Amino acid sequence: MKTRLDRTGLVLFAFYLVIYAVFVLIAAWWPEVMDATPLEGINVAILYGFGLIVAAFVLALFYGTLATPAGEVTDEEGDE
Amino acid sequence: MIYEASPLAIVVFVVFVGITLGLSFYLGGRAKTSQGYFAAHGEIPWFVNGVAFAGDYLSAASFLGICGMIAFHGYDGFLYSIGFLGGWIVALFVVAEPIKRLGKFTFADALDAQFNSPGIRLAAGISTLAVSIFYLIPQMVGAGVLIRPLLGIEEHWIGVVMVGVTVIAIVVTAGMVSTTYVQFLKGGLLVIFSAILTVFILQRGLSVADGGNDGHAFRTLGPMTAEQFDRGDLPGDAGLTIIPPTGVWVDQPFIRTRDEATDREVVWSIERENESQQVTLREAQTLTVTADQITLVNGEVKGNKPGEPQLHPIGWLSKLPAGKTETGPLGLVSFLRTLHGSEVVLWPSIKLVADDGATTTVFYQKRSPGSQVLSPGQHPQFAGIRSGKLSDKLNFVSLMLALFCGTASLPHILIRYYSVKDATAARRSTIVGIGTIGFFYVLTLYMGLGAMTSGAMDVTDSNMAAPLLAKSISALLFAAISAIAFTTVLGTVSGLILASSGAVAHDLVSGFAGIDLTDGQKVRVAKQASAVVGVIAIVLGILFKDMNVGYLVGWAFSVAASANLPALVTPLVWRGVTKEGIIAAVVVGMVSSLGWILLSADTFQKVYGIDPGQALTPFSQPGIVTIPLGFVVLVLVSLATRGGRSFPRRGCE
Repeated sequence: MKTRLDRTGLVLFAFYLVIYAVFVLIAAWWPEVMDATPLEGINVAILYGFGLIVAAFVLALFYGTLATPAGEVTDEEGDE
Repeated sequence: MIYEASPLAIVVFVVFVGITLGLSFYLGGRAKTSQGYFAAHGEIPWFVNGVAFAGDYLSAASFLGICGMIAFHGYDGFLYSIGFLGGWIVALFVVAEPIKRLGKFTFADALDAQFNSPGIRLAAGISTLAVSIFYLIPQMVGAGVLIRPLLGIEEHWIGVVMVGVTVIAIVVTAGMVSTTYVQFLKGGLLVIFSAILTVFILQRGLSVADGGNDGHAFRTLGPMTAEQFDRGDLPGDAGLTIIPPTGVWVDQPFIRTRDEATDREVVWSIERENESQQVTLREAQTLTVTADQITLVNGEVKGNKPGEPQLHPIGWLSKLPAGKTETGPLGLVSFLRTLHGSEVVLWPSIKLVADDGATTTVFYQKRSPGSQVLSPGQHPQFAGIRSGKLSDKLNFVSLMLALFCGTASLPHILIRYYSVKDATAARRSTIVGIGTIGFFYVLTLYMGLGAMTSGAMDVTDSNMAAPLLAKSISALLFAAISAIAFTTVLGTVSGLILASSGAVAHDLVSGFAGIDLTDGQKVRVAKQASAVVGVIAIVLGILFKDMNVGYLVGWAFSVAASANLPALVTPLVWRGVTKEGIIAAVVVGMVSSLGWILLSADTFQKVYGIDPGQALTPFSQPGIVTIPLGFVVLVLVSLATRGGRSFPRRGCE
């Protein structure tokens, strides 16, 4: 049995993997999309890049809330 | 450029290193057992460990390499920041829990938790050593680069030896406790001072210039018609005679002129407008090493003192939006927006080699729209993404994959999970690490672009961009940033040496060879191994001094991800893994990624100095092939050797 935390981790990982992969694929095959400036004169390359950094931290914090003492208790059943 | 020692820099530097060593000796008394030496008794508070993650991870490559790459090529350097940070998601969500649950001192512990196989110990130990030593090379090279301007010394090897000896002293005296606190101190200071530097950059704003901060104004001739240029009729500047191209100068996009008054030779790059057919000449800079090993700058013997011939510092804007000449203080968004609408002078270079072995490197101005500089595809390594060639695109994807997968496979990062008390603390410290590192990586974009427009950069050395940016703002800031950068190298190197010594003592001697060591003996073996690995690192740092730091780090990430990640991740999702599968995956991943790198076009060109066209691999970055290969080998070998055995999934006993 995997723990609930393990499963949540894998789901969050899959989500981040998708947004990271989309970024890499756009940069490699459609770099002109990165040149567009949809917001405040800032281009997609920078917005998406900052977005990936912020997303990593936000997902990490979300995952961290599961690590509260209450969260730990609910995870115990599947834990080692 | 002249690197003069500044007394302030030396004082700050000595204080930093003194505190680091003092801390090390003080904490050394606490690490008498192997549990203390390798894992700091598992007693490091999670917040300290989290910032120490940042200290371990933000190596010379992150700080010097990324800032330099952004300063010279724009956005492409930031791609490394994005990839390096993305890797932490793998570390947190996939690797942290099982590593902490199953291991004790080294990552081989976690791999071997359910098999108890000397073969796994051997493979994982060797892979730890291989990755650590690969990762050590750029750190040591970086140390040599840093120490020269800081202490005003000419020799690269002195810096390498200083770092090596200091680090051996740190690791041999105290182990994980002291390296952790050194990392905490350094990681915290690096982020704080980077933030201060960013504030100064934004306060300074952007301005238009025609040269760097040494006061030399670079000249432009033209635009002129193509006919006028062909006649040799240079506009607005009498007294310049065109030197007819001979030798290496034939068929190059440059012309040379001689100033009749001063007899000085100047090299100009030739810019041709496609539509109007007009020609503009822009002053370039040259660095020549003659066959007799004499160094010439712009045709004159290079000097060592102020006023003598030196390459001029670079980094300025040729245009601001709406015809402005300066902006005044800017905000985080307006800085990027203004730069996007500006025109930046970049300095690519071409190396010309004469028949007698003399080399001339021409550094020439390339005016680039800010919108281009802030988009991917400007650096030679990334230019392929705009070329339409599939192999170039795959090379890019492969690098981004290696950066993403490499972090969670680096031995010195993995061992940090053992210095906190439990899985919760491991998780929390990773979150602190991601926050600290992510914040720093956002700052790298501002620091890199700030350096790009600082007028202070050394055209020959992109690794110096961040310290020189600081120097252009204040001497104190320069001293602090240089000292922090130096401790950055110290910290990362001590982490790597500790990981290697753990691999030798715990995995190879004790685990594989089966030699029963007492606790004290294990620590003693590890300390001896530290000294040996330290000496190897010093020697390699001297041998590889001309290699690009970022490039070498790319190697280490590719090898780490290919060798270690499949073995770490597969057992989490598949019950059928066997010990033979794990050993095969580590060995095949390590050998295939190393082999690919050694046979790639980049290595042919940069290491062997032979025609990259003869390379045996279709592109240079191995990750996209060798990481999946590791997974495939693990599954196939496990299926072949399973023989009806069924293994319980790890962590559920």
